[in-house]
Parts: sequence; structure tokens; C-alpha cells
Amino acid sequence: MGEVIVITSGKGGVGKTTTTANIGTALALAGKRVVLVDADIGLRNLDVVMGLENRIVYDLVDVVEKVCRLKQALIRDKRFESLYLLPAAQTKDKNAVSPQQMQELCEQLKEEFDFVLIDCPAGIEQGFKNAIAGADKAAVVTVPEVSAVRDADRIIGLLSANDIDEPKLIINRLRIDMVKRGDMMDINDTLDILGIDLLGVVPDDERVVISTNRGEPAVTDDNSLAGQAYRNIAGRLMGENIPIMDMETDEGFLAKIKRFFNANRKRA
Amino acid sequence: MFDLFKFFGKGESKSKDIAKERLKLVLIHDRANISPRYLDMIKDDVIKVISSYMEIDEKGMDIRLSRIPQKDDTYSTALVANIPIKKVKNLGPNKG
Repeated sequence: MGEVIVITSGKGGVGKTTTTANIGTALALAGKRVVLVDADIGLRNLDVVMGLENRIVYDLVDVVEKVCRLKQALIRDKRFESLYLLPAAQTKDKNAVSPQQMQELCEQLKEEFDFVLIDCPAGIEQGFKNAIAGADKAAVVTVPEVSAVRDADRIIGLLSANDIDEPKLIINRLRIDMVKRGDMMDINDTLDILGIDLLGVVPDDERVVISTNRGEPAVTDDNSLAGQAYRNIAGRLMGENIPIMDMETDEGFLAKIKRFFNANRKRA
Repeated sequence: MFDLFKFFGKGESKSKDIAKERLKLVLIHDRANISPRYLDMIKDDVIKVISSYMEIDEKGMDIRLSRIPQKDDTYSTALVANIPIKKVKNLGPNKG
């Protein structure tokens, strides 16, 4: 029996979909059976981030409306055999699915997979309620900015009101240079404000944009700092005790960058 | 606002500290789910109670949630009311 984890944030654009794609891929990389569910009905994106947009035949709403069987709608990943995507419908709206139906869907998926990751839409309306309906746990994604942290706080309250206690925090797009200047809230500032446990910190990394352009999650890129951070998060979800990476803290990160440049200079 | 002026006044405060302080204040309101309307209701009741003892300047009255710094560098949340008194009513000989 697997577990259902919803990736949520309240605010849009903080990296929920990228986070879902990367954690899911990292879990599959570690040999787990994983299904990614795009719950953002009407604004589907997980398919393009995963590079699977050309393979969609059926979607989540088709499954719920019993137009097809669940297995027919699941798309197997290009790279990893144990990784699947259940895409959102693009032409329907959020009311096409009910929380009850999502709960049933999650129960079914849990039978087949070790991890069911649900990519939650932005906002706190119907789409959010659907996305969390079948979830056992939640990961709240935020970036170290006032608007995102405020919305994350609201989401934490709503999760708790829906009996999803102890959500874990993922701080995305942390810029070490800005933290050092005192122009960006650091890990402790954010944890202090939100008062929940940390699942991981993902440094701002342009390689994420590059890999997303290609439809290949950053975890498959060995040179990506963000990719490493996502692999660590996956490890923590599998119960491993992985400390927050050196590159996620000031000295380690800078030292790594310097080493990287020095190594390149030598090569050139 | 409160601490904000102090921050801007100095002109050298780190922007992340301003962010943190503003967030903490806004989250007090968010978490308590206290709307301005709700505060107005409290204000009206406070006016009623105090008015039987003293004449107050209702327009100059200010009531809000605030963060009060403690000795150990933490903050506590407080409902702070500033109520200008016009006149204390003479209730006759002190009965206390």
C-alpha cells in the first residue's frame, strides 16, 4: 500500500509542478513505483514538464467519468519504467471532479504504486479541495518571498482544517547570494515564520529552466544543484536521514561553485 | 506599520528583516481570521463599556492587533487599544 502526497502552495508560480515532476522522477530513479497525478484541471502542465505531452489519450476526468479504465489513462514515462503520469483534462473545468471521486481514485492508485504524487492547482478553491481529498500527507512549496510565504501559511491552516497534519516545507529557488546580502529570507527565517518541519531546500538553478525546456526533469542532470536537492528530498520521503546539503548552506555552496569554476578553467 | 518606520528610518536595515517583520504581523491577522469588521465590533463593545465610566473621544480611538517585544527577544500578540479620554465621569464618592 503506497502513500498519497499532495504538492501544494496556495500561490501560483512557486514551482509546484516542477517539484512534483522532479521528486517523482527521483523516486522512480531510486526504484520506487510512482504515479504523478496532475490535479490542475483546465490548466494542465505536468505533461509538458515531463515531456509526455504527445502521448496523452485519456485524462483524469475520463477516468472519473468512466470513459476509460484507469490503466488506459496512465502514461508511462520515457525514461523510467516505474514512473507514470495521470494527466489533467485540459478542456474541462475543476467542477468536473468531486473530492469524493478524487478520494476513490487515490485509493485505487495506492494499490498499484509506492508513491502517488498529486500536483495541486494554485488557489484554495474547488481544485485545491479536490487535490487534497485523497492525500495522506502534504508538501508545501514556497519561495522566500512575502507573498508566497503568506499563502503557504494559509495553506498550512487549511490542510490542518482538513485533517492533513504536519505538512512538510520545501523552500524553492533559494538564492544564496541574496541570503548573504540579507536581501532574502533564509531557511531559518522561513521556518520560524511558518512553524513546520523542513523537507528540503532547492537552490535557484537555471538548469531547471533548461531541463524543463527539454522536457527532462532536472534530477536526471548530474550537474544540477537543484537536481541534487530534489534527489535528497526523495531520499527523505523514503525514510532516509539526509542532512540539508552542504551546497544548500552558505559555505558549502560557494565552495562548490568556486570548485566548479576552477575545474572548468583548468579544462579550458 | 509600527516597526516599519523604525526600519525605514534607519535606512540600513536588511530588506529580509523588513519582510520577516511585515509577514509576522500580517500572519497574526490571517491566522486569527480577524477582519477589520470584526475589530470594529470589538471597538463598539469597548466603547459601550468604557462610556459608562468616562467620556471618550470615539473618533480618536484606535484598536488593533500588535506584536509586543518581550525581554527574551520573542514577541507576543496583543490587542492594543488607544482610547483618548475627554472627561472622567463623576460617579459620586469613591465606592472602591
